Amino acid sequence: MSLSFLTPEFIIERNDERCIRCQVCVRQCANLAHTYDTEEDWVLADDSKCVNCHRCVTLCPTRALTIRRNPLEFKENANWTATAIREIYKQAETGGILLTGMGNDKPYPVYWDRMLLNASQVTNPSIDPLREPMELKTLLGRKPEVLQIENGKIKEKLPPQLELEIPIMFSAMSFGSISFNACQALAMAASETGTMYNTGEGGFHKDLRKYGKNTIVQVASGRFGVDADYLEAGAAIEIKIGQGAKPGIGGHLPGEKVMAEISQTRMIPVGSDALSPAPHHDIYSIEDLRQLIYSLKEATDYRKPVSVKIAAVHNVAAICSGIARAGADIIAIDGFRGGTGAAPLRIRDNVGIPIEFALAAVDTRLREEGIRSQVSLVCSGGIRNSADIIKAIALGADAVYIGQAALIAIGCHMCQKCYSGKCNWGIATQDPNLVKRLDPEIAAQRLKNLLNAWAHEMKEMLGGMGINAIESLKGNRLMLRGTGLTSRELDILGIKAAGE
Amino acid sequence: MMLQYEGKVRIPSGCAISGMINKKGQLFPGNDIVKSIALMHERSNGLGGGFAAYGIYPEYKDLYAIHMFYDHNGAKETVELFLNRHFNIKLSEKIPTRKVSSIKDAPIIWRYFALPREDKLIESGLDENEFVVRCVMQINANFEGAFVVSSGKNMGAFKAVGFPEDVGDFYMLDTYKAYIWTAHGRFPTNTPGWWGGAHPFTLLDWSVVHNGEISSYDANKRWLKMYGYKCTLQTDTEVITYMFDLLYRKHRLPLEIALTAMAAPLWDEIERMDRKKRELMKSIRAVYGSALINGPFSIILGSKNGIVALNDRIKLRSLVAAVKDDFVYIASEESAIRVICPKPDRVWAPMGGEPVIALLEGVESI
Repeated sequence: MSLSFLTPEFIIERNDERCIRCQVCVRQCANLAHTYDTEEDWVLADDSKCVNCHRCVTLCPTRALTIRRNPLEFKENANWTATAIREIYKQAETGGILLTGMGNDKPYPVYWDRMLLNASQVTNPSIDPLREPMELKTLLGRKPEVLQIENGKIKEKLPPQLELEIPIMFSAMSFGSISFNACQALAMAASETGTMYNTGEGGFHKDLRKYGKNTIVQVASGRFGVDADYLEAGAAIEIKIGQGAKPGIGGHLPGEKVMAEISQTRMIPVGSDALSPAPHHDIYSIEDLRQLIYSLKEATDYRKPVSVKIAAVHNVAAICSGIARAGADIIAIDGFRGGTGAAPLRIRDNVGIPIEFALAAVDTRLREEGIRSQVSLVCSGGIRNSADIIKAIALGADAVYIGQAALIAIGCHMCQKCYSGKCNWGIATQDPNLVKRLDPEIAAQRLKNLLNAWAHEMKEMLGGMGINAIESLKGNRLMLRGTGLTSRELDILGIKAAGE
Repeated sequence: MMLQYEGKVRIPSGCAISGMINKKGQLFPGNDIVKSIALMHERSNGLGGGFAAYGIYPEYKDLYAIHMFYDHNGAKETVELFLNRHFNIKLSEKIPTRKVSSIKDAPIIWRYFALPREDKLIESGLDENEFVVRCVMQINANFEGAFVVSSGKNMGAFKAVGFPEDVGDFYMLDTYKAYIWTAHGRFPTNTPGWWGGAHPFTLLDWSVVHNGEISSYDANKRWLKMYGYKCTLQTDTEVITYMFDLLYRKHRLPLEIALTAMAAPLWDEIERMDRKKRELMKSIRAVYGSALINGPFSIILGSKNGIVALNDRIKLRSLVAAVKDDFVYIASEESAIRVICPKPDRVWAPMGGEPVIALLEGVESI
């Protein structure tokens, strides 16, 4: 092989005065960036192997380590940036598609940050959530147009609803893309907080089925792990058509990750590649989707809501109208900043649209067609904090999914190397030695803390707006004002400019 | 930027409300209601006052009484063309007024007693009420300089820019007799003083007077829009009126259920209910989540059958009720009741979300 032109992205700096040669860094780095020279009693670093995941930095007992961006610079060039050049080197060396993990990291505008929330002043009182009730409970599912009541009783029972104590669910992340311990932590936290964990297309591990009441089981194009028991095991079923990080692209779990547990859970042979085709091969059009939705409803006796998850693409509003009419109870829209365990870099960075626009367009369209009540809308894709969620609900969402934020809560440092399987934090890996670094109980506690913290913040923001039930925020776009947006963008978001 | 009328811009306002009914249906003049609302002078700022009265047109009780404001004669002419195309008009006349120094810039104030034209009604395929609603919406949305003040049978709304007691004097309410009166004094925070923006807001024989600023406004409005309601005024009162119309008239929910949807019990309370009630409440909140009126409000809703008063579910606005013989009184302040009824049989402050329903005798529901 020819000489690699790639220089290290990061520099590992070790303060030798502080280093006590304990070799924690050596043992912790799955990328083998640190080595110990016994003869010289030196700890050495190979910068080229460092992914900047902070594992060694965090665990170093004497705080001897720092990771810096390699200051090495190419000749300044606005077109041929260091990233552009390095990507060509990589492809010239390997002849392959560039892979990446997690969500789009390009500096596209984050529209959440260009919307500001309202608060009550004088003409109506803000409500203090520490003194007054403040309700976040959310029901997801199809609602009838009219509630038929006869002699004080409901004539017809409501279609099945998912009852969430807080309108934040964990996005689909499969056992395979993340470790069992990570799955367990998510499932435990969901169940203890009264929200939902989502299996992704990884099957539903037998040891996690006790959390079924708080689990959405996914049916995706590979149909991994799907059988009658699987459909029954969750509280709802989600058909995954696409995901924001890689619209139009399938998935691939390499055979070396398919070990005994994954093999059993996904119902595929040990060591075989788990390939999820780009489309469902029984869904080539909207009428096919309708058949799958109703097959799943038939199979579960209309006792479970069926969700359809799609990536936010250009024509998302019309597509969602079709999905609603096809019989979905919930539509999940994943924006272009949505995370992933592995995606082709060019797809992740260039395909799809911001969730803020997609959500606004879909909510507006469904209302124009008078069918907004027929479905619940869940949005996702790069949601970072409670304010993003409040803004999403004001734009028209019923609830949100969080994936990356949840993983960050349990240790992810956004190094974006999930596809390597060497996650030093025990999250995106199947290596038993790495997986055991993630204690499910501690991780679940961190997730619960995060949800509780966000719930508190959301209540404060709601109270400030003079609202004491989350449903009064849903689609309440007057609570938003835009800043730094063009009038076209304001129109699409359906909001006014600040000062208007 | 030019100062914008209501409908172009949303204007929050605080207010006073008062209402009274004789449950036997006996008519009484407007003096008491004016006295009651006048006592709460401090709760208004002279930028809007109004009244609704039921039983005032016994001689035309089967006809729709359409009260109109016109900014200019041109508007009157175009609307009259429209009305003539859609209605048989039995009587068209100026609404009598008295000169009051503080009431200025009055529009042309007119009323029509009319019934939908048979042929138009059949052509539209709508029932009579829905036909009238559509016509009202069309005038308010599409006819510049024209505004429908009220459109019910044997009732009318009288409103203006000014303090409510002056408005009552202006419209000579002492000369009308009704079995239900409701009143409103307005304290808008910013208004160019448009007569149409004053309360009560009406639709058919529904009238609403309201105090508060609802924080769920856009959620409610956008939901109503799905059912064909155009909220042209951008006022809370309009939204509340349409919401009630949708739930009660169109969706045919029982009165208590419609009111529950608008001021739903808290989830904590629902959890403590028995299974059947819990399921009912849960369904209401699930289906009618967007109908929940959030934020401070107290309203008095009037119809030919009676009045209903309602507070927001955590009682962020004052509301007091009283009973004396055949009369039921409701007002923002107890003093506004005692000024006209010093010794009521019973006085109480209704709980948040707990409706006060006062109907004519022999009537089952509003």
